[in-house]
Amino acid sequence: MASGKTLTIAIMDAPYESANSTSALRIINAALEKGHNVNVFAYEGAVNLTMKAQQPHPNPVKGTSVEQEQHPTTKDWVASLFKLASTKDVKLDWVNCGLCVDERGAGDWIEGPRRGGPKDFLDASVASDATLVIPTK
Amino acid sequence: MPKILNIVETAYRATIEEQDDTVLWLTHMLKNAGADICVLLRANAVNYAVRGQDASGLSFGENRMTHSPEIDKDVATMIEKGVAVYLVDEDAVERGLSDGELLNGIRKIKRRELPELLDQHEQVWHW
Amino acid sequence: MANYLLIESRDPFDSSDSQYFPELVQGISDRGNDTVLFLVQNGVLPVRKGSKYSEAMSRLIRNKIKVLADSFSLKERAISNLVEGVEIADMDRLLDLLLEPGTKAIWH
Repeated sequence: MASGKTLTIAIMDAPYESANSTSALRIINAALEKGHNVNVFAYEGAVNLTMKAQQPHPNPVKGTSVEQEQHPTTKDWVASLFKLASTKDVKLDWVNCGLCVDERGAGDWIEGPRRGGPKDFLDASVASDATLVIPTK
Repeated sequence: MPKILNIVETAYRATIEEQDDTVLWLTHMLKNAGADICVLLRANAVNYAVRGQDASGLSFGENRMTHSPEIDKDVATMIEKGVAVYLVDEDAVERGLSDGELLNGIRKIKRRELPELLDQHEQVWHW
Repeated sequence: MANYLLIESRDPFDSSDSQYFPELVQGISDRGNDTVLFLVQNGVLPVRKGSKYSEAMSRLIRNKIKVLADSFSLKERAISNLVEGVEIADMDRLLDLLLEPGTKAIWH
């Protein structure tokens, strides 16, 4: 059941480079599971989390194939979060900061996110019940 | 509009990708969008308040960076626009910075005064 | 008086900035604010009993500040013997604290 509460979260880290990404996705997942709406402002490297061109790969160290390795990509994790939001009938609004997207060539993303900017983050924060910024180092 | 404090601590991270510090740039944008916002420089970011920073001259092959970051000018502009820019005094002293090296208008604050500064703001965003 | 949820993701073994955050937590609490420190990622390393930096956590606990450690981060690092007084929590708990009205959340 929807809680009626909204969390806004700003993230900055590029995929696979920081434990922050894991924690951010865990927080978003937990929030959606609890029936909260979530606004995500993906700034800087975080815009790479949703790139459609991400591909899984085999693991030559373990000798596994692509199928065996089941290597997760962040775009798949994020797609799952959108699906979770839909199942829970809550809103996940994922904004990729447009200029950050442009300078990284990250504009071809999965279904779900939208292009935006700092004003979206400000507006979302003002309208939310809580705001959390997870900085990069 | 809630009062927002942006805390900046990582410095010189994005010289290659930005002509600005990413969080100072964001602060400018949020201010332009109507935010009631101020900045606290701490840790290495206290160096952003030093006059005369010069990141010019970067080139890779034949490709030259034509607009290098001018962080001191960005901070000075922020102050002119009415954004309060605080700086942790002990962090500056530890880094050998004297008052004479700092931009005009920087507001020095002691570490022990940080909780009070945080209390004065509804949102505290630590970047 | 406000609620503060302070989230420490860094650890003193890796970050020379580590003294700043416990001092800030204490200072915020001393001003009468309801203060919770939530440790996540490598931020849980000091709460392993015997850790060189566990005293900073113990001091906060003695001063009646609630110190929570993320269960997944603890499990990931095989930390099961914790400094006394640290409470194990999860992201559900973090969210409940975060969404408590009047809460300021600060991630370090």
